[in-house]
Amino acid sequence: MFPIVRKKVLNPSVTLMEISAPYIAAKAMPGQFIIFRVDETGERVPLTIADFDREKGTITIIFQIVGYSTEKLNSLSEGDSILDVVGPLGLPTEYPENAKRVCVIGGGVGCAIAYPQAKYLHAQGVQTDVIAGFRSKEIVILEEEFKAACSELILCTDDGSYGRQGFVTQALQAQIDAGVKYDAVIAIGPVPMMKFVCELTKKYEIPTIVSLNPIMVDGTGMCGGCRVTVGGKIRYACVEGPDFDGHQVDFDELMKRNGTFHEREAACRMLRQADQL
Amino acid sequence: MPNMAMNKVPIPEQDPKVRARNFEEVTLGYTAEMAVEEAQRCLNCKNMPCVSGCPVGVRIPAFISQIAEGDFEGAYRTIRLTNGLPAVCGRVCPQERQCESKCVRGIKGEPVGIGRLERFASDTHMKNGGSAVEKPVSNGHKAAIVGAGPAGLTCAGDLARMGYEVTVFEAFHVAGGVLMYGIPEFRLPKDIVQKEVQELRDLGVNIMTNMVIGKVLSVDELLEQGYEAIFVGSGAGLPRFMGIEGEALVGVCSANEYLTRINLMKGYKQEYDTPVLRSKSVAVVGGGNVAMDAARSALRMGAEHVYIVYRRSEEEMPARREEVHHAKEEGVEFLTLNNPVKILGDENGRACAMVCQKMELGEPDESGRRSPVPVEGSEYELPVDTVIMSIGTSPNPLIRTTTKGLEANKRGCLIVNEDMMTTKTGVYAGGDAVTGAATVILAMGAGKAAAKAMDAYMQNQE
Repeated sequence: MFPIVRKKVLNPSVTLMEISAPYIAAKAMPGQFIIFRVDETGERVPLTIADFDREKGTITIIFQIVGYSTEKLNSLSEGDSILDVVGPLGLPTEYPENAKRVCVIGGGVGCAIAYPQAKYLHAQGVQTDVIAGFRSKEIVILEEEFKAACSELILCTDDGSYGRQGFVTQALQAQIDAGVKYDAVIAIGPVPMMKFVCELTKKYEIPTIVSLNPIMVDGTGMCGGCRVTVGGKIRYACVEGPDFDGHQVDFDELMKRNGTFHEREAACRMLRQADQL
Repeated sequence: MPNMAMNKVPIPEQDPKVRARNFEEVTLGYTAEMAVEEAQRCLNCKNMPCVSGCPVGVRIPAFISQIAEGDFEGAYRTIRLTNGLPAVCGRVCPQERQCESKCVRGIKGEPVGIGRLERFASDTHMKNGGSAVEKPVSNGHKAAIVGAGPAGLTCAGDLARMGYEVTVFEAFHVAGGVLMYGIPEFRLPKDIVQKEVQELRDLGVNIMTNMVIGKVLSVDELLEQGYEAIFVGSGAGLPRFMGIEGEALVGVCSANEYLTRINLMKGYKQEYDTPVLRSKSVAVVGGGNVAMDAARSALRMGAEHVYIVYRRSEEEMPARREEVHHAKEEGVEFLTLNNPVKILGDENGRACAMVCQKMELGEPDESGRRSPVPVEGSEYELPVDTVIMSIGTSPNPLIRTTTKGLEANKRGCLIVNEDMMTTKTGVYAGGDAVTGAATVILAMGAGKAAAKAMDAYMQNQE
């Protein structure tokens, strides 16, 4: 059992949980993930580790309530326990060597995963800019944390209700146009966002790392559910990722495959709603 | 006087039409009368050819004569002397290629139903509440096992009985390995697996779940923590795909994924959250036991058509004969001498058909099997919405890539010597991690051999 030592609502659909998991906290590195199972009937769901505290023996996860399992997780409170948490899974992020200036881009809840990247790079003395994009002001998360973990934070919202108006790609384009030279870009967020960032950085030949979020069951290289096409080859995100060279990833395929169970999820939601009537 | 009937006493089974739509066990098992009658067919041969066919050396004639005499608990104890998972083996061993293939009665007629009798003895033992296992006195030595599958559990049990303090590290949330995630409920009920696991716990074996060795702790760290010998039974890993067009379509998955969702995650039960593909028409590519399990599971999940697509002929199929027979009875359609060429998708990226090519048997290849050759111009479209690839796995890289001094062969399988020791002193390995995908009983045999060698190694270290 893995006790929840802290729970914080970051916005109406995004929650932070700090979980006591000493074995995982001792080894976790930025870029790695865990798989949780809330209770006996729960499914196994992967989540990237947003932070860890080796001394306290805790890890932090930040998740968006998007479906049944994240709703179930969100229904737990401080003091409750999660039945199973396994990790740290996947490979730690491999940062480009000798990079002097890096741009970390987060989209929506993807900022939760972009944050440890920025924090790590910033601590290493790399000049780190962060572009954090959200739909609107109400769902902005981690603003203070980011400020403490980068040289420059560019916050943008799609509707212009906070920060600069526009998408993260526009903010990145503006930086490039202003003459900023990035040795690398790390982009983490919804698949379409990562796709468009990669199209842009490819044009300017800026090496770009993306963190993928495919469907997974075991997370240890056994089921093959997480296979993605990278550079024309099958790669397994759980043991060979979740980070990949963004310029090689087939994002369209990933988007379709991530929709595998959408119809079923929708049908189950309707059934549950019917039960509650 | 032995019972000289030519055939085995038939074993009651669920009706094929009924069972093809439920997940309950297919084979119901012998009653006491049936078991005694079958046991009496054994000639109790002095040279015991059957035992030579058993990877864990079960004392077969001895336990069968105990059944014939009505001493069912005695029979169970005899089996347990060498086999840590008898209820499992009685159900999933390929007896026709092992013990039963050596049975003298098989020369004229059917061999003695050794597997059925093994299952009977274990089930009877469990039904009577099982005996409380006594925890052996500790010899003060610690051993670690990586992976709670058939190899690891067997190794753990044998070491624990010798007095070692054994800790098993399991990556999943439950112990059992392939017995839990791979083999379906209708062939091996999960509560039977868990009862066997409980017997190990009663022996004092400590099982830690959610522990992925190579990630959360390395093999070297385990050695530093005072485990004097380590057994790696991490199993088979990455599922293979064919490399044909269309394998990334929605509706194409590995047999491992399909079966794990159903078995381990119980996706077939309404009250569990794990989603499973709901299919009308399913092609399972492959001819092994895993392919049969996937095909028969697909039927039970409600598919109208389930095809086994296999490029050789039925004779070359590696699956247990009984599995093929059961699959056919249940309505799985066999498309042998058929090879998938590509998978076609609809506008939403979902699989809608598989193009297959007919094959014919040519000259024998290195494996001695006649190799299939494509028939020119024989391509056709098989309408399917789900394709399950069951063409094997390559070993998991997690331990190999995180342990210095652990060497693997070209296929990624760990290299071991005749004592099951890897290229790293004190680290042993066995099962699929060494052989590539094989059977439960071979993995158990390896776990057993390793336990013996680890005992000798640890005693010599003093």
